[in-house]
Amino acid sequence: MTAGKLLRWRKSLGERVQRGDIIADVETDKADIEVEVFTSGVIEKFFVQPGEKVPVGTLLAIIQEEGKPAALTTPGISAGQPGPQVPALPQVPHVAPGATPPPTEMKPTRLHISPAAKKLATDLGIDLSLIAGTGPDGRITLEDVQHAAQAKRAQPIIEVPLDRAARMRQVIAAAMARSKREIPHYYLSTAIDMSRAVAWLTQENLKRSVEDRLVYGVLLLKAVALALREVPELNSTWTGPTLTRCSDIHVGVAVSLRGGGLVAPALHHTDRLNIDELMKNFRDLIQRARAGSLRSSELSDPTITVTNLGEQGVEAVFGIIYPPQVALVGFGKLVERPWVSEGQIVARPVITASLSADHRVSDGHRGGLFLSAVDRKLQEPEKL
Amino acid sequence: MTKDEIRGAVLSVLGQLAPEADLSKLKANLRLRDQLDLDSMDVLNFVIALHKKLGVDIPEADYSKLATLDSCVAYLETCAHSR
Repeated sequence: MTAGKLLRWRKSLGERVQRGDIIADVETDKADIEVEVFTSGVIEKFFVQPGEKVPVGTLLAIIQEEGKPAALTTPGISAGQPGPQVPALPQVPHVAPGATPPPTEMKPTRLHISPAAKKLATDLGIDLSLIAGTGPDGRITLEDVQHAAQAKRAQPIIEVPLDRAARMRQVIAAAMARSKREIPHYYLSTAIDMSRAVAWLTQENLKRSVEDRLVYGVLLLKAVALALREVPELNSTWTGPTLTRCSDIHVGVAVSLRGGGLVAPALHHTDRLNIDELMKNFRDLIQRARAGSLRSSELSDPTITVTNLGEQGVEAVFGIIYPPQVALVGFGKLVERPWVSEGQIVARPVITASLSADHRVSDGHRGGLFLSAVDRKLQEPEKL
Repeated sequence: MTKDEIRGAVLSVLGQLAPEADLSKLKANLRLRDQLDLDSMDVLNFVIALHKKLGVDIPEADYSKLATLDSCVAYLETCAHSR
């Protein structure tokens, strides 16, 4: 996501807001999102009006925190300064399969380019951030700029207005292409005997009212979250040369949208919720994702993604990682298969779990330990 | 409750689950999951909505009887008569 359109303010100037309140609705290429605030105070100033489309990071408003001195309401104030809190159009690094973070994130801080090439690019109106240099150490050469200029001329200049689904597809395309270009993926898979999990779930649902029943997908999510505690490097983000281990586990759940496209909002603190809380939040998240009322934090916070394509009849999923995440877990269909147990061939419900992981961050040995941990967790469903 | 009333109730619930679907084109003898792209969460929501609308408590073991519109109506009709 690079920009968003403010649809409406939900609060008025001078109104008191509490941490967690939704103050605005914003339309992006992937979804309409609700902008929440992370402080309590009084709304002191709005910088953006409904209908305006602004880049990610644009200051939307100033909230004067309680007990703090009056703010200097200059538009140039940044979120990092003390005093007033400034909601900004949230950066959503992977509005599902991953909106594209600002291109500067993965670029070297200093641009390597010859003066002649730089002048030519300026004269021709070429965006240097889009050029991959072919010279020594990635230096952008005169020829690189000339090629970029030719490519620009070759592009069609007719801009067709795109509907939401088409814009979403563009965002997905950009993020997935970037992921495949920049992330050295490796893939692992394992077959997991689900007989204990299925039996436990069946018994559990017999005891429950209709509203409180569980779906087996929630067991998979919890097993992944708990396994991440054992292999925490998979619960990280990679931005440029920096790896950041995430202290919280927010599993992003891939949700297909009716009419096409998908989002992968976060189930916050997946590992800490008990199975009932997780089921309630999972159900609510899917409903809101399909209704287009996700919160900005749900789109920006996932630390890993889980996609389950088993219901579409898929045997196994080898997905593309959503940058800046470093791993994606896939599940295929739950299917009865011959399984050797204590020298006997028996029929067992089996699911294929897969891991797509970033080889810059982990290796196959650690990835294997992770899948093994997921398997182990699913053998003790009552502890999930 | 008549069969038509049950069918109407089922279609009403399906309309809420899949608002984008044209239910007039639904084939009554084909799987709802395939026609409406329903997943297990949709099925659970379907069962919960039927429970609220018709007061029927559908056990998980009977979910397969809700596979098509025809089988679903027939099943719910049986439930209504047995109450």
